[in-house]
Amino acid sequence: MSRTAYLLLLAVFLAPAVIIYSTFSIYPLLATIFNSFYDRQDDGTSLFVGLSNFTTLLSDPTWSAPFWNAFRNNCLFFLIHMCVQNPIGLVLAALLSLPRLNLRATYRTLIFMPTMLSVVVIGFSWQLILSPLWGVAKMFLSFFGLGFLFGPWLGEESTALLTISLISVWQFVGIPMILIYTALLAIPDELIDAATVDGLNQFQAFIWVKLPLILPTLGLVSVLTFVNNFNAFDLIYAMKGALAGPNFSADIMGTLFYRVFFGNQLQLGDTSMGSAIATMMFLIILTGVMIYLFVIQRRMHRYSF
Amino acid sequence: MLKTALKSMLLAAVASVALAGSASAGKITIESWRNDDATIWKEKIIPAFQAKHPDITVEFNPTAPAEYNAALNARLEGGTAGDIITCRPFDASLDLFNKGHLASLNDLPSMASFSDVAKSAWTTDDGKTTFCVPMASVIHGFIYNKDIFKELGLEPPKTEEEFLALLEKIKANGTYTPLVLGTNDQWEAATMGFQNIGPNYWKGEEGRKALIDGSQKFTDAPYIDTFKALAKWAPYLGDGYKAQKYPDSQNLFGLGRGAVYAAGSWDISTFRGQNVNMGAFKAPPPAGSECYISDHTDIGIGMNAKTANAADAKVFLDWVGSEEFANIFANALPGFFPLSSAKVTISDDVAQSFVSWRGECKSTIRNSYQILSRGTPNLENELWNVSAQVLNGTMTPEAAGAQLEDGLKKWYAPHQK
Repeated sequence: MSRTAYLLLLAVFLAPAVIIYSTFSIYPLLATIFNSFYDRQDDGTSLFVGLSNFTTLLSDPTWSAPFWNAFRNNCLFFLIHMCVQNPIGLVLAALLSLPRLNLRATYRTLIFMPTMLSVVVIGFSWQLILSPLWGVAKMFLSFFGLGFLFGPWLGEESTALLTISLISVWQFVGIPMILIYTALLAIPDELIDAATVDGLNQFQAFIWVKLPLILPTLGLVSVLTFVNNFNAFDLIYAMKGALAGPNFSADIMGTLFYRVFFGNQLQLGDTSMGSAIATMMFLIILTGVMIYLFVIQRRMHRYSF
Repeated sequence: MLKTALKSMLLAAVASVALAGSASAGKITIESWRNDDATIWKEKIIPAFQAKHPDITVEFNPTAPAEYNAALNARLEGGTAGDIITCRPFDASLDLFNKGHLASLNDLPSMASFSDVAKSAWTTDDGKTTFCVPMASVIHGFIYNKDIFKELGLEPPKTEEEFLALLEKIKANGTYTPLVLGTNDQWEAATMGFQNIGPNYWKGEEGRKALIDGSQKFTDAPYIDTFKALAKWAPYLGDGYKAQKYPDSQNLFGLGRGAVYAAGSWDISTFRGQNVNMGAFKAPPPAGSECYISDHTDIGIGMNAKTANAADAKVFLDWVGSEEFANIFANALPGFFPLSSAKVTISDDVAQSFVSWRGECKSTIRNSYQILSRGTPNLENELWNVSAQVLNGTMTPEAAGAQLEDGLKKWYAPHQK
């Protein structure tokens, strides 16, 4: 095959991915960044303003207070997922990979099921479950004499974000579980056999043999959680609307962006400021992923079987 | 080969878009967010128009409310929007006019049958140009369950004091939720709470204009008093009202579990559907003071400045301003009240009592809508936030007023003095 033919073939095979990725990912990303350097005027034209949207966003308290509030809430949202969703996912995966387990496929499917449901369905069902008016949560707690523990959790400033985060954990716990479960399956039986011969029980074998082997997967799960959480929007919007109240206590970057970019009730959409927030979201996610790639992943050992 | 195929496909796509955009003569398309009313437009309003103008075909083409503003903007900028545009009140439409998407309607004959207040929502700041025909307003008040009132021997209250005494009685009885209002969605607190009873405190238009020219501030007595009155409702709201959504409120009252519902007149048709035996009373003013009602201009209708069919569109808009339209509209959609000065007979008794308040009290519109919600932080959003917090008991009335005033001071010159 001549060199030209080879290059042509290369281009043909790369083309679908390059075209689709450029049109739906790279172009919108660049357009957003580009847009954030402009300010839209009342007559519909745009004016180049350099970094002034970013200066306003970070230094004017009118903008920076909501921005940092959303950032803080988003970090909390991420931490809850890291501390609750991923450990539970790990434990579930470990349980699923136990050698003698009946109904394995049933458990796996049931736990993974909520992940495939629409966020709107999840939001609506949980709102009904937790509703102080018609919800089953209140009756359920009262049945055990714990009715006094119940509160309008989705409506309290102190608990709204926590409640929504836990609902999101419930929905997405299947993803870390499946990823970790697959990694656990890939560990050759010989290693476990050897460990057993050396005198380790199931639990010790998990901690000292399996866990180190699946560390790269745990890293991947963490990065995915980070990216998804900082891009999150839908569940909070479905449950609390664009103002993510009370008093913006459930406001995260996604809802802040939506409110600014598309507007809300009497607030008109501001595409340039919205783009600036979107760009900040991109930078935050980029920084997080970079830290993972350059600091953590490089130090990780990979074992080939 | 591939190239030509691609080219022809592109051409075909462009052509079909162009075709879809250009309306044939004699045909006009209406853009609207009122998809709930699509049947009424198709079965009642449009046939009535066509009986008089058989040569003009009208198509009602609604978009979902939450997507309307964004979708309409995109279509207007892409040149594919319909000929007639349903107008949101105030800045959303003013913005469209300033960008040249809406045409001036000053020369429309039926404009004469609308008052300045009715037109204010669709008029430029200098008052010179009106760009949408005022179509409907919504009135705030309270809807009550007549059966519950009869059972407990209650009468609709006339003053704020009577109102609170009434709620106390219902609470003491313990069977029903005294006042149905939730704070989860926030706008309920602001719209059905603050804007509902507020005009009694800030004296309607007088206070609304004083806020705009800066002679009154949100830290002044009328506004603090409104928040104080609002805070008094908290003990009478439903169990867990902090997590109660708007549909929860509608169901609570619709199923007969709530006695009084803080309402917008548009709720009438919802409750008619649930067969509630209901009546209405206006926001009760403090004893000894005059009454004011929030009669808010909510829907207008205007013309796409780039329409290919301006003559027919104007014929239609002029008809929307007529007495015939007002009567059809008011009766097909009880709770949306025509704004024209034409004589209108409404058959729904609850809608009738809402509209009768226009004669007893002075009307005003929501004070956050004109001019004051143009800056950042957005006053309307702030109002949702603080009203919900006052009802939740997490903010004092004074702090609520101070936060609104601080926000306004950041960008609005008349309040910086």
